[in-house]
Amino acid sequence: MARNVTTAKRVGWSIAAWFVALLIFFPILWTVITSFKSEGAAIAFPPVFFDFDWTLSSYVEVQERSDYLLHVWNSAVISLGSTFIALLISIPAAWSMAFNPTKRTKDILMWMLSTKMLPAVAVLVPFYLAYKNLGLLDTKLGLIIILTMMNLPILIWMLFSYFKEIPGEILEACRMDGATLGQEIVYILTPMAVPGIASTLLLNIIMAWNEAFWTLNISASQAAPLSAFIASYSSPEGLFWAKLSAASTLAIAPILIMGWFSQKQLVRGLTFGAVK
Amino acid sequence: MGSIHLNKVSKVFGDLKVIPSLDLEINEGEFVVFVGPSGCGKSTLLRLIAGLEDLSGGTISIDGNDVTNAPPAKRGLAMVFQSYALYPHMSVRKNIAFPLKMAGEDKATIDKKVEDAARVLNLTDYLERKPGQLSGGQRQRVAIGRAIVRQPTAFLFDEPLSNLDAALRVTMRLEISELHHELGTTMIYVTHDQVEAMTMADKIVVLNRGNIEQVGSPMELYNHPRNLFVAGFIGSPKMNFVEGKDAQAFGAPTIGIRPEHLSYSSSEGAWKGKVGVAEHLGSDTFCHVHTENSGTMTLRVSGEAGLKHGDTIYLTPEESRIHRFDDKGLAIA
Ligand SMILES: Nc1ncnc2c1ncn2[C@@H]1O[C@H](COP(=O)(O)OP(=O)(O)OP(=O)(O)O)[C@@H](O)[C@H]1O
Ligand SMILES: [Mg+2]
Repeated sequence: MARNVTTAKRVGWSIAAWFVALLIFFPILWTVITSFKSEGAAIAFPPVFFDFDWTLSSYVEVQERSDYLLHVWNSAVISLGSTFIALLISIPAAWSMAFNPTKRTKDILMWMLSTKMLPAVAVLVPFYLAYKNLGLLDTKLGLIIILTMMNLPILIWMLFSYFKEIPGEILEACRMDGATLGQEIVYILTPMAVPGIASTLLLNIIMAWNEAFWTLNISASQAAPLSAFIASYSSPEGLFWAKLSAASTLAIAPILIMGWFSQKQLVRGLTFGAVK
Repeated sequence: MGSIHLNKVSKVFGDLKVIPSLDLEINEGEFVVFVGPSGCGKSTLLRLIAGLEDLSGGTISIDGNDVTNAPPAKRGLAMVFQSYALYPHMSVRKNIAFPLKMAGEDKATIDKKVEDAARVLNLTDYLERKPGQLSGGQRQRVAIGRAIVRQPTAFLFDEPLSNLDAALRVTMRLEISELHHELGTTMIYVTHDQVEAMTMADKIVVLNRGNIEQVGSPMELYNHPRNLFVAGFIGSPKMNFVEGKDAQAFGAPTIGIRPEHLSYSSSEGAWKGKVGVAEHLGSDTFCHVHTENSGTMTLRVSGEAGLKHGDTIYLTPEESRIHRFDDKGLAIA
């Protein structure tokens, strides 16, 4: 049964959707605009939108004061590295729980999720001390390890729900059709699981890229990713809004571009496979 | 090729004894239907034969070879699932070709066999589509195509038509029967629909709680049900059962009489009753008659019979068609 959607209704909904989208997007837009202002214009009140002298001076200064490319490199290594290791662990884990569940599978999943309920600050001190003794402070390896552990439960949950969606009868059909376990994995399971794995991978890169608590607390300069780069411009004594905005814009640009090009996969990922 | 022998087969899930102990002989080329109420273990039995489920006891042999512990791939059987279980990421062509590819056939042979199967099943125009772009009936045919290409020793069907609408179900029923005549391969077909069982089977296996109640041809089961369960399960509409005094008058604790073997009269007969709801099928009409002592009975009359709701009539069973059962529910020979 088709719903009776009038033109007026559709226009109304479109306007509402655009409004909400703008509302959500506004802080980012504002940051980008501010990054092109001089420090003076940035703190002007009432704020100006477009009518100011556009300048790249903040970008130039940010470039001079810190090594943007080093932070990009760090962010890339940390987010890609932790995602890779996390997938290496979570794919087999989710796989075995989805296809060979035991009586305890549900409990294990709940336990994994429960670790995410613990506030990260609660374990900061033990982690800090352990890292200090192990010489992992301010190293990329240290950050990769901790981000892997932080995101692992969510990854396993996501992958588990994807794998669960693969109907058991299809696997049985393929066994009846004479496929060996290897052929089953190559021809049936992998192609069916790849979309889910891909969106999990993208989402995890983004989560790791944007992570700020651990990266700020256990990195200083050598391993500092973009989150630390932004933070270094939010100085308490002076309000350098324009430079902070320029740093933020530089930090979010790579991930925003990646997100733009992988929209379709991401939507699937964020809805946990609800959209087929 | 295609004889299957089950010897004392049993299956236990945890504490649940789904199949206590079952013996069954399926001959080469037979169309065997497993029928029974929901949850009686039909699918489980089929999956045991397929090798998708491990036996708890007993043995299964195919063509004289013990396959009790053989994996599904080694049994040479093909299965059509209720959900079709097509590979969603492959085209129809690739779906049908899959078992051949697994068997390591060369490309030219595969192409030829797929084209042949597609022609038989009217799928030629859909070979390049994905399963998601097909109707239910077409998907069903793809599933059958995937089963027939590699010429298995036997086909296993688990309620293959239950997701189709009534009209398509009748068409597909005929197509599967036709296919059986053409291929002459053993087929085991699971259904809970006794009409499917009656129309398609060479041999019907009536299951109840994992036990075989009776094995026989459709007409054997219809004419000589071994017990009350089979009598009530086979035949549509259901057989009428009469107990107590009214049954004793015919010489048994319980008697059964099919709707088509009752006659009626407005003046005299064995059981007096009032006409209730009538179901008109066109050629036939099934009248529900509320009798004085024996509950509601179903009566088959011809389409034009002028019975009206509330009429008082007398029902009389056809003497030679009465089924008599003893206290334990077993048929009295
Ligand atoms: N994997 C399983 N674990 C535990 N119990 C099971 C399992 N599979 C089936 N059962 C139980 O075994 C019994 C028989 O199931 P089965 O699927 O064989 O019934 P069926 O005759 O095919 O019914 P239907 O007509 O509804 O498909 C049911 O009581 C079911 O709950
Ligand atoms: Mg079943």
